[in-house]
Amino acid sequence: MAVAQRQAAPALEGANPLTEGLERQPVAPTTLVIFGATGDLARRKLLPALYNLAHDGALPKRFHLVGVARRERAHEDYRAECEQAIRDFSRRPPDDDVLKGLLSNVKYVPGTFDDPTVYERIEKQLDGFESHAGEPLNRAFYLSTAPMFFPVIVEALGSAHLEHHEGAAVRVIIEKPFGTTLAGAEELNRRVLAIFDESQVFRIDHYLGKETVQNMMAFRFANGMFEPLWNRNYIDSVQITAAEDIGIGSRAAYYDAAGALRDLIQNHMLQLLCHVAMEPPASFTAEDVRNEKVKVLHSIPEPTAAEIPEMAVHAQYAAGHAGGETVPGYRQEQGVPADSKTETYAALRLEVENWRWAGVPFYLRTGKRLARKVTEIAVTLKPVPHLAFSAQGSLGVLPNQLVLTLQPNEGVSLKLGAKIPGTRMIIRPVNMEFLYGTSFLSQSPEAYERLITDAMRGDATLFTRNDEVEAQWHICDPIIDAWSHSSEELPQYEAGSQGPEQAAALLREGDSWRAI
Amino acid sequence: MPRNDAVWSASDTTPDAIEAAMRELLVQRHAENAAYVPARVLNMLVFVDDAWSGEVANRLRGVGRYHASRVIVLSFDPRRGRIDAQASIAADDAAPGELTLLRETVVVRIGPSHLDDLPTIADPLVVTDLPTLLWSPHGHTEEADTLIGLAQAALVDSIDEPVWRAAIERACSLSERVYVVDLAWLRSTPWRERIAGAFDSGRMRAELDEISSVRVRHHPSSTVAALLLVGWLASRLGWTTSETRAAQHDGGSRTLTGSATTGAGEVALELVAAPELAVPGLASVELATASELRLSLDRGEGGLRARQRERDGSERTWTLLGASRGESGILGEGIRQALLRDPTYRPALKSAQSMLPHTAAATAPSPTA
Repeated sequence: MAVAQRQAAPALEGANPLTEGLERQPVAPTTLVIFGATGDLARRKLLPALYNLAHDGALPKRFHLVGVARRERAHEDYRAECEQAIRDFSRRPPDDDVLKGLLSNVKYVPGTFDDPTVYERIEKQLDGFESHAGEPLNRAFYLSTAPMFFPVIVEALGSAHLEHHEGAAVRVIIEKPFGTTLAGAEELNRRVLAIFDESQVFRIDHYLGKETVQNMMAFRFANGMFEPLWNRNYIDSVQITAAEDIGIGSRAAYYDAAGALRDLIQNHMLQLLCHVAMEPPASFTAEDVRNEKVKVLHSIPEPTAAEIPEMAVHAQYAAGHAGGETVPGYRQEQGVPADSKTETYAALRLEVENWRWAGVPFYLRTGKRLARKVTEIAVTLKPVPHLAFSAQGSLGVLPNQLVLTLQPNEGVSLKLGAKIPGTRMIIRPVNMEFLYGTSFLSQSPEAYERLITDAMRGDATLFTRNDEVEAQWHICDPIIDAWSHSSEELPQYEAGSQGPEQAAALLREGDSWRAI
Repeated sequence: MPRNDAVWSASDTTPDAIEAAMRELLVQRHAENAAYVPARVLNMLVFVDDAWSGEVANRLRGVGRYHASRVIVLSFDPRRGRIDAQASIAADDAAPGELTLLRETVVVRIGPSHLDDLPTIADPLVVTDLPTLLWSPHGHTEEADTLIGLAQAALVDSIDEPVWRAAIERACSLSERVYVVDLAWLRSTPWRERIAGAFDSGRMRAELDEISSVRVRHHPSSTVAALLLVGWLASRLGWTTSETRAAQHDGGSRTLTGSATTGAGEVALELVAAPELAVPGLASVELATASELRLSLDRGEGGLRARQRERDGSERTWTLLGASRGESGILGEGIRQALLRDPTYRPALKSAQSMLPHTAAATAPSPTA
């Protein structure tokens, strides 16, 4: 006789008992409105990400997309453009039925971003979806436009009363760059927060959506062996490198206005620094994680004009050789002014002045047209206090170095001293390697898949908060200002090299840059 | 991407010799190309009849990147007296600047005299410190039980077993010892996700207390999958389930009916075979509440077709997008799940067990299975 099976009843109030154990948690019904819907980012990243979410069954139960861009085109024409973008850039070949289903929920609204009638037409589309659904749908406005339009769109959304929707959540997702100076970032924050509450604002730094960056938190806080060493008593220096072997390609207009420091250090590399230096958050919630990151940024003193030449180096690539070919210098690149003073290389030495890190230099460097493409964090430990076998010949003994590689081959490498086989106690450094790709079956989702889902779910953990952005600018702004007013000739480095010789001047005695 | 293999084979060999050959092959492959690195994720130990080993190899080829890093196939031939083996290490052609993972496969051909020593044959071939998934796709429970000590997870497909009671009791028995990955359960993942999503809003969550009937249509071979889905609802929502009744219809299909009790009342349960469904798994799920709300999900092209009828009689339909994973995708997902832990399967299985009817239907093979 079968015994009646009585299950302990999970509480029906509060959390949804049906979501326990599911890898994909439900996302509330949402309409996503993309401003700049025909731009490069939308075509290459956002639309393919949305398709892949649909393919995996990870979109909300009701999902609609409204594309907004300047040029007049019919809904059908925009759908055809979406289909082409997905076919060109999706990480997997699209399933025709899923693609057709996704596109059937796409509408297009043409017009300029300052035109109030655009917002009336957007609202009409949103109302139409809701009428069909019979319930209020969450709204996410994705600003994938040139930065000059961010405040224009946000204020127009406010004027059209689209910043709030009864019975549903309204969110605004803002692409980088969030300001190009401290004053600009503060002004943008002021204008955005005059319309939206901070809890509604999702500032994208797509680096945070990368599995590799999220893995850093797992590495530090899920492994007991590193944290006891993770402080000034054992760590001698930290070096963060984001090197590219390519030039600026077709991005001259953007890049010449931005430069290396704004392009990578102000956002991505300071995020990496925060992940290395932050205290363990009490929980993996948006506020706890971001509070810890902001504390790190606040611990980095704002550079003074006198300090900047000692702690920051900038340079520009000259003609050289890359990949076996002769390549032009930055000023010879198409679209770059012949007298451009924009840096294509930037290196900083920062101090995190808190109990854990006082006295440990954090070296950051990034550049175009360097010897190799690599993004890594190298943590150098202090040398051992005494070598018992130094008399036997241990010149090869080097301090342990832990290298977290983010790309191209994500992994962790630990440099250890080992005895060379033979009769004498002679030591040389060897590497213990771990490659993430060898240990997982799954393919990493694209950063934008994760970030779009999180924004639709209202989880801001992987997004940059207003005070975080401003704290980043407090560090970078004085440097940009000093460089822009400098009358000195901008140092040059040969394309395909390790970067400018001047970068060595940042290093503390005994330190050296890792080979790129 | 083109694939190249390094292969070793030997007749009348030993596990130690096979293991040594694997190590040598790895050294060779690395010397051949420094970008070749061995994957170290999961051992998969497969016990299979020699006559079916080709079919199993084909199924495993279909899982693509979810291939276990080392697959050890024990291929049983009742006429064989010695151990023969073939080992191969496959790699996709390396792209410049990128690492290429190596995938290792060992096929060990054995006979009746080796059955008593299966662990000693398999153990040296299992990569130490990696989790091991055991799969015995054509029964062989006795042999699987002798190998289970080497595994942390077992892969089963409860719909492969034509006798429902045997399928569920086997899964229960295995789950006492290792983590069970049941393909019948994984086929219902999109359904469970969509049902969970449908009841995620505050308004709909309140309806969970009000559910008054559940009707599941399923492929005739997939009664166990339907039982697991109802078992999942019951275990998550705290329903008390008990034995169902089976009815045989013209044409051989069967229906299970029964009920579950909740704090608020009773839930009518109906599991109906859908002979028109061409693939294993579920065809539709319908949930109704005491407040006369009805939600149905039907298998469709490009996802599940949802239909919701409100208490005022208004009705809405929409599609929950998602690509079909196909049977090879399900197997790949099963391999991936061996590295995860789903705490809801076992309670669902226990509920499903309690719903088994005490009739021949549960103890005799389904005619359409």
